[in-house]
Amino acid sequence: MSRFLKAALFATLAAGTAQAGPLGLGREALPEEIAVWDIDVRPDGLGLPEGSGDVATGELLFADNCAVCHGDFGEAVGRWPVLAGGEGSLTNDRPVKTVGSYWPYLSTVYDYVNRAMPFGYAQSLEADEVYAITAYLLYLNYIVDEDFELSRDTFTQVEMPNEGGFFMDDRAEVELTQFSAEPCMSGCKTEVKITARAAVIDVTPEETAAKAAEQAATQADAAAAPETEPETEVAAVDPALIEAGEKVFRKCKACHQVGEEAENGVGPHLNGVIGRAAGAVDDFRYSKPLTEMAGQGLVWTSDTMSEFLLAPRSYIKGTKMGFAGLKKENDRAAVAAYLATFD
Amino acid sequence: MTLKFNGKKPSRRAFLQGAATMGAGLTLGGQARAADPAIAVKPWMQELGDGVDTSPYGMPSEYEAHVKRRNVEWLTADTVSSINFTPLHELDGIITPNGLCFERHHAGVARLDPREYRLMINGLVDTPMVFTLEDLMRFPRENHVYFLECAANSGMEWRGAQLNGCQFTHGMIHNVMYTGVPLRLILEEAGVRTAGKWLLPEGADASAMTRSVPLEKAMDDCLVAFKMNGEALRPEQGYPVRLVVPGWEGNMWVKWLRRIEVGDQPWHHREETSKYTDLLADGSARRFTWEMDAKSVITSPSPQAPITHGKGHTVITGVAWSGRGTIPRVDVTLDGGINWHQARMSGPSLEKSMHRFYYEFDWDGSPLLLQSRAHDSTGYVQPTKDMLRKIRGENSIYHNNGIQTWAINAEGIAENVEIS
Repeated sequence: MSRFLKAALFATLAAGTAQAGPLGLGREALPEEIAVWDIDVRPDGLGLPEGSGDVATGELLFADNCAVCHGDFGEAVGRWPVLAGGEGSLTNDRPVKTVGSYWPYLSTVYDYVNRAMPFGYAQSLEADEVYAITAYLLYLNYIVDEDFELSRDTFTQVEMPNEGGFFMDDRAEVELTQFSAEPCMSGCKTEVKITARAAVIDVTPEETAAKAAEQAATQADAAAAPETEPETEVAAVDPALIEAGEKVFRKCKACHQVGEEAENGVGPHLNGVIGRAAGAVDDFRYSKPLTEMAGQGLVWTSDTMSEFLLAPRSYIKGTKMGFAGLKKENDRAAVAAYLATFD
Repeated sequence: MTLKFNGKKPSRRAFLQGAATMGAGLTLGGQARAADPAIAVKPWMQELGDGVDTSPYGMPSEYEAHVKRRNVEWLTADTVSSINFTPLHELDGIITPNGLCFERHHAGVARLDPREYRLMINGLVDTPMVFTLEDLMRFPRENHVYFLECAANSGMEWRGAQLNGCQFTHGMIHNVMYTGVPLRLILEEAGVRTAGKWLLPEGADASAMTRSVPLEKAMDDCLVAFKMNGEALRPEQGYPVRLVVPGWEGNMWVKWLRRIEVGDQPWHHREETSKYTDLLADGSARRFTWEMDAKSVITSPSPQAPITHGKGHTVITGVAWSGRGTIPRVDVTLDGGINWHQARMSGPSLEKSMHRFYYEFDWDGSPLLLQSRAHDSTGYVQPTKDMLRKIRGENSIYHNNGIQTWAINAEGIAENVEIS
């Protein structure tokens, strides 16, 4: 029996009774199954779990889980979202749309933190933790005081400053008639002037037409010389393992860069990390615990890296790295092998 | 003939001059005309090529390697929550090849095992249900061609001409044929209760994407799709199952669809409050701007696809679409809107699908200001950017369907501009 058939059979067995829908397809969902996936929360509080959390707890959790991207005070690092400030900026040339200045409902904050954060380790926070982080975000936006505690009971008492700032799509009334007139076809203007040019701003990515043209020319020229990209030299290692490692590394790429031109991002760049002392990348602000372990002589080898990646937060308690870890030994070995290919 | 570039970095201009020289050598004048070296007995005319199965899943010619999606790095913090762009300037017809459909992820590409795929329907239904992929395949299927446009397409152009290339100004769109089950049929299996007015589709990726969709739309034309252009959805397009919400902004087309909840009011989640709301000049914001307004763009010539042949017979082509119906007509201007000409439509005209237009003319080599203007089947005519700004200001990011202008100079080079 194929694996697919087995799986299908298993699904049928787990299915229970056939249902009375018009086509009799599918099966009834069990309450405990619905509970696993049904996590959404609405402005009226429907969907909120039991629990509570205060600003002070939220501040600690935010520093550990969120500040790497959003900054200690929600001011954001790089291009990651700004979460605080921006009051009164919505009519400016450059509005700053934050939880405080723009978001109409508190439930949106709770729901989003709970479903999608921390980035790359979603749905890992307990209800109390989400309440606490939400409370801290309210505090950062001057919506509550520092001794505020958010719970399912106090939730709907919080009103967001911009709740009244939204209205239903009114294009049907405001635009459609105006934009449905028969247009002029000839002699519509007397003169035309260029008022703005993209070339003046010049933000188009490199490697566009010029590069394409160059490629076309080179290829047309050199009949079929295959494009040779500089490949990393690899000696006496398993290419399949490295290839697998490259795939696993996708999980790390949100924060870490490797290769030519790698720079520090949310995490340090990882060029040459295997075989090097921990915490050794210049200009990167490591967590205190990592710096301490580096001081005690931690060196990243395939083994220590693998141990760390199994459970980052147990291996270095208090690490800033918000990553759940790699449960499969193969994945850990592969990613270490991949990293070892970068000097 | 060899093209050589001086200096380190070949410019588009150098290429064009090279191309012009090459063209001249081959075609100009009667005197000293050299025979075309391409007309010779070439290796491929003598040697055997690859056998079948050399490439079990076929790929484009090696000479088409430049035809690919591209990213604008400065737009977002990281590629896992980012967007890239369909190379519209290289495409023709109305169908976007699967591998060139732009990508937009909020937490990277989820890699689902189809054997573990489940679609749950819960909330205000008679019976909450779970369907496997095999279950979905047993529903009656339909085939439809629809465009999917990100609400932020052309969003970087609100304050003025910014990016040189229709791939970047208009490439957050693709148009493919979907095979899927009408969402109505799936909802009927669960039985929507009378109080049920809204749906919350949810994705299985790490962003658990959610949007509120009114029930009427779901019962009208939404599909739960598992094929695009005949083959399984690509992972980056939601494999194995995505929601199709025809004519409405792309963010609602939830990928890796795992659950649909039925409720009596909208949820106001992050992607319909913090994002995908249109901030107007007075600081208030439109919400639930679902329909995509009629829009068009000339894809060639354009900044990435300059005119290389010099004056003479010239083909202008582009695409047009509307979230409210079909595109019976597109107008094209060569002089920045003084005079307009009706373009020739070619290819299938389908509801909420891309349409292809052409306008052929004899170019005298003088500079041009090219624009296209779409008319949709409701009578709506694509407005200028200034008409939109007058109503919406410059901060709304989303739903910029204004007329695009390309300035073509005497050398055939195209630039993104705005005109009076």
